[in-house]
Amino acid sequence: MSKTIAPEIPPQGMVAPAPAAVQLHEVSKSYDGRVVLQDITLAAATGEFVCLLGASGCGKTTLLNLVAGLDQTTAGRVTVAGDVRPALMFQEPALFPWLSAARNVELALRLRGVPKALRTAQARELLDVVRLADAADKRPHELSGGMRQRVALARALAQDSPVLLMDEPFAALDAITRDALHEELVRVWQQTGRTILFVTHNVREAAVLAQRIVLLGSRPGRVIREWQVDLPSPRRIEATTTSALAGEITEHLRKEIARHGDH
Amino acid sequence: MAITDVGVDVRDLDALERDAVATPPLAGRLWSGIWPPVLALIALILVWELVYLAHVKPHSLLPSPADVASSLRQHAANGELWRDLWGSTHRAVLGFLVALAIGTPLGALLGRVKLLRRMFQPIVSGLQSLPSVAWVPAAVIWFGLSPSTIYFVVLMGAIPSVTNGTIAGLDQVPPLFTRVGTVLGARGLTMARLVLLPAALPTYIGGLRQGWAFAWRSLMAAELIAYSARLGGGLGQLLNQGQELVDESTVLGAILMILVVGIVIELGVFAPVERRVLHNRGLTGR
Repeated sequence: MSKTIAPEIPPQGMVAPAPAAVQLHEVSKSYDGRVVLQDITLAAATGEFVCLLGASGCGKTTLLNLVAGLDQTTAGRVTVAGDVRPALMFQEPALFPWLSAARNVELALRLRGVPKALRTAQARELLDVVRLADAADKRPHELSGGMRQRVALARALAQDSPVLLMDEPFAALDAITRDALHEELVRVWQQTGRTILFVTHNVREAAVLAQRIVLLGSRPGRVIREWQVDLPSPRRIEATTTSALAGEITEHLRKEIARHGDH
Repeated sequence: MAITDVGVDVRDLDALERDAVATPPLAGRLWSGIWPPVLALIALILVWELVYLAHVKPHSLLPSPADVASSLRQHAANGELWRDLWGSTHRAVLGFLVALAIGTPLGALLGRVKLLRRMFQPIVSGLQSLPSVAWVPAAVIWFGLSPSTIYFVVLMGAIPSVTNGTIAGLDQVPPLFTRVGTVLGARGLTMARLVLLPAALPTYIGGLRQGWAFAWRSLMAAELIAYSARLGGGLGQLLNQGQELVDESTVLGAILMILVVGIVIELGVFAPVERRVLHNRGLTGR
C-alpha cells in the first residue's frame, strides 16, 4: 500500500535526472515589464512532496499556473513528465454548487473521458479515499469547509494526474480542521504516490507536510533556500524536531521580509 | 502507517457537522403560503362590492363581482371562455418557447464574444424597454391579420428579456468556476454545457420569468389590436368583443382571466423551478 519514496534530490540549480515529475529550468515571468518570477530552477521527483513557501508577492500562484499550463513563461522552460496535465486545487474548494459531492467528482471523471458506466463506482472510491463516502449525495452547501476541501481533493485525484498542484488549499480553514486535513493529505499522498507541489505562506504547514521545502523570496519571486526534510511522515507540529525546523525556516523568512522593509 | 495517535481524526470533525434540520409538515407549509394572498383577494372583492353598492358609477358601467362571475359562467357554458383561454395560452407558450430557442443562443453568443456584445447589447437593451405593442402596426402591414403578426409581436417582446437574462447569467459565473473547468479539461461547448450554463442558471431563470411576462403582455396587446375572426379565439379577442358591445362584465371577466393565467404560470411554473434551483444550491433558507 504505502510506497517508500526516497528519491534522490539533485543539488539546487542542476537539472534533475529522469524521474523528475516536474521541472522548472530558469523560469522567469513578467507582466507588463514587472518581474514576478525570476530565474526559478527547481524540480520535484516522482512521488515527492514539495512545499513552496513564501510571503505575499513571491509569485507562488503564478508559479503554479505556469506548471498547470494556465499561463506561459516569459523565459525558461517548464517540463511536466509525460506531458500530463497536472491536477490543481485552489484555496477555495470551488465545487459546483448545482452538483452533489459525488457528481462533482464524476464531472472530473467525465471530462477525463471515463465511460459513464464506470463513473459512479470510481467516484465512490475516490470519496472513500478522502473518507467522505457517506457524504456522496450531499450538496456542497451542506458540507463543512473542511469536507468541501476534501471533496475538492477527491475531484483533483479524479483527474488521475501523477502531479497534484495545491495553491494554499487549507488557508481558509480553522486550525483544528487544518491539522486534521494535513494528516488526511499525507495519508492520501502515501496511498496514491502522487507528486505534490504545495504552495503555502504557513511555515508550520510546510514543516508538517513536506519532504522538501523551497523558500521563495518576494518581488521578484526567486528561490532563496531549500531544506531537505528527513523526518518521517506524518508528523505533528508539537514534535520538537518539527517545531525546530519551523523555527529555523521562520528566521530566514523574517530576514527576507525585513530586507524589503529597509527600503 | 501509524497515524492513529496523531492529532484529530477528520471523521470526528465530520460527526460534529451532523445536525438535523427539521422540515415543517407539508400541509402547514401550504397553508402558510396560501392564506395571506387569499385574504388579500377577499378584501379586494369586498372593496369592489362596496364601491358597487355605493353607486359611484352606474351599474352598467361598473358591474358587481357577482355580475362578472355570472358573465364568466355564461362564457364558460357556451365554450367560448375555454376556447379563448386555450387560444391565448397556447400561443403564449409556443411564442415563449421559440423566444427561448432564439434568445438563449443569442445571449450566449453576446455574452462570450466581447466585440459582438459591444455592438449589439445596447440595441437588445433598447428593444427590451420598447413597448412591443409598437410592433403591432408594423407587423399588420407586413403579415396582415394572420397568426404571424401575433407571433412576431410576442417574439419581439420576449426575446430581448431572454437574451439579456442569458448575458447577465453568464456575467455572474465566478471566474474560478471557469478556471476549474479548464483545469479539469473542459473546452468550448463542453465548458458551456457542463459549467457555464448551469452556473448561470439562477439568473437565467430570472430572465425567463421576465421573458414570459413580456410574452404574455405582448400577446394581449397583439390580440386586442389585431382582431379578426380568422385568427380564432383569444382573451385579447374577448376583451375586444366586450369593448365593441360595451359589455363591462365581459371586459372585467377577460381582464381577470388574463391575470389568473399570469398568476397560475408564475406560481405553478416559475416560482417552483426557481425555488428548487436556489434551494439545491443552498441559496435560500428553505
